[in-house]
Amino acid sequence: MVRSALDQVALELASITKSFGGVHALQGVTFTINKGEVVGLLGDNGAGKSTLVKCISGIHAPDSGEIKVNGNAVFINSPEDARAVGIETVFQDLAMIPEFNIVQNLFLNREIKHKNPLLRWLGWLDTKAMTKRARKSLNRLNTRIPSYKEQIHNLSGGQRQAIAIARAVNWGADIVIMDEPTAALGVEQSAQVNDLIKIISSQGVAVLLISHNMQHVVETCDRAVVLYQGRSVADVAVAEVTKEDLVGLITGAKKIAA
Amino acid sequence: MSIQTLSFNQLKQIALQREAFIYYIFFFVLLFFAVLLHDTAFLTLSNFMNIVKQTAPLTIMAVGLTFALAVGHIDLSIGSVVALSALVGALLLQHTGIPLAVIGALLVGVTVGLINGLLIERLQVSSLLITLGTMGIVTGIARQLTNLESVPIINQDFTFFFGSGKVLGMPILLFWTVVIGGCAYIILNKLSAGRHLLAVGGNPFAARAMGIKVTRVRLYALIASSTAAALAGLLYAGRLHGARYTLGEADLLTVIAAVAIGGTSLFGGRACIIGAILGSWLMGIINNGLILSGFSTNEQMIARGIILVMAVAIGVKELRHG
Ligand SMILES: Nc1ncnc2c1ncn2[C@@H]1O[C@H](COP(=O)(O)OP(=O)(O)OP(=O)(O)O)[C@@H](O)[C@H]1O
Ligand SMILES: [Mg+2]
Repeated sequence: MVRSALDQVALELASITKSFGGVHALQGVTFTINKGEVVGLLGDNGAGKSTLVKCISGIHAPDSGEIKVNGNAVFINSPEDARAVGIETVFQDLAMIPEFNIVQNLFLNREIKHKNPLLRWLGWLDTKAMTKRARKSLNRLNTRIPSYKEQIHNLSGGQRQAIAIARAVNWGADIVIMDEPTAALGVEQSAQVNDLIKIISSQGVAVLLISHNMQHVVETCDRAVVLYQGRSVADVAVAEVTKEDLVGLITGAKKIAA
Repeated sequence: MSIQTLSFNQLKQIALQREAFIYYIFFFVLLFFAVLLHDTAFLTLSNFMNIVKQTAPLTIMAVGLTFALAVGHIDLSIGSVVALSALVGALLLQHTGIPLAVIGALLVGVTVGLINGLLIERLQVSSLLITLGTMGIVTGIARQLTNLESVPIINQDFTFFFGSGKVLGMPILLFWTVVIGGCAYIILNKLSAGRHLLAVGGNPFAARAMGIKVTRVRLYALIASSTAAALAGLLYAGRLHGARYTLGEADLLTVIAAVAIGGTSLFGGRACIIGAILGSWLMGIINNGLILSGFSTNEQMIARGIILVMAVAIGVKELRHG
């Protein structure tokens, strides 16, 4: 499946390196993601995928290399920095507050405040407005939710994933990074998440998807970038390769000039 | 699915909520003593006013402790802060006016809270151990400060504002309870600050990932907790016309029991101010009822312990079964 990419580079990584003491986790990672494109980030255990994601989302600072967002070089030193340039990360544990309901989680630390200036200054919450916006953004993603007052720990894994993705795109993110979004999900719920990814990419969002599931990659991604021992060793259009090719690249059995 | 089944399910959900538990036990205890003590003055409005007045310092402490628990901390130093704040306030009153004395006393709370918070964050040690330590330190300072002497308060305005006065036809101690409880309720339920407190207690990693300043939020919560205790010290001093190092000494257990039974999680993430207030009144009612029934203070202490264990048992069971 080749979607017409908007041909505008959303995220550009050039020669990213990162070491932990003697462990050279990243030794030169280079690739780009266009707007509206879904790129799979593949690699064996320990290849450096999570480390790369942490460098992009502000949890680690890379040792060297350049990150460009929409053509501008950016320095990402904290999760807030990442967010400020339009990068949102859906973490593997989804970063939800189990005791909070859906709306409270969606708007965590970005609460809509009351219109009255005094109440606004106090930080008074406008729950009605938040519920309304929550409904809108979940509808936009075709997600059905029993009740917006439902606490997160009463939701299914797929629903939680949907909330986490909705939270990311709700904030006008241009780039959404997902770390194994379907790892803990059943067949049907995985399909729902795949649909969600397609919906947000069709809205122009660039998606970086980490996955060990080749089926999932083939179904959702436009391109795949393969990391091998901390280097980006392949950058292929998914439509032009087979699942076996991808596995070969991941294990290092097959080589393509990156 | 009809509207009726939905509302029935919702009703059932509300009725089985952990937060609702305090209402049942409150009602049950009230009924128990009302029957047991039917030929005494137990079930009179003036007796209840008395209970509310007497428990006002406890209620304020319970409200403060709710903040510490909301972020997942415990604060064992609150009882000792009560004594030191009361003594500092009473001593300052001998030399200056009410405003400075009150500020001085409240600063005791702010300082202890700040120290608690900084130590916990810097050393990455549990709040249980740190506040146990500061409890010892603050108690020692309070005993040292006046060589175990009481400090009388003769300032009538002070005892009016923090003890025997009335505003808007209501005892000033009830007024303090309503004001502090109301503010705390609004902060925890209506303001973004409360949302962040509970988020930090519920899942600190998620809170941090969403950009909440976890360390700072925890610090504020501990300051709130011990500043409330400092205010409780002033209320004791106002009601008793003086301060003594023993003030607040026996309150820690009562306050923790009150907050826990009121539906606040001892493990962070869930807080219930109304429950904390009702919980402290419940402790007051139990004390009052036990006294009227002729039980000794020792036996009251046992009763408080039992209630705490009960509340904790419920809380832990809930935690395990999600
Ligand atoms: N904080 C850290 N300190 C030291 N070494 C680390 C740290 N984080 C990662 N590493 C090392 O860096 C290398 C890359 O790890 P990373 O977690 O990025 O791999 P991954 O591709 O995400 O693997 P997986 O598929 O198992 O999740 C590994 O050798 C790992 O041990
Ligand atoms: Mg990983």
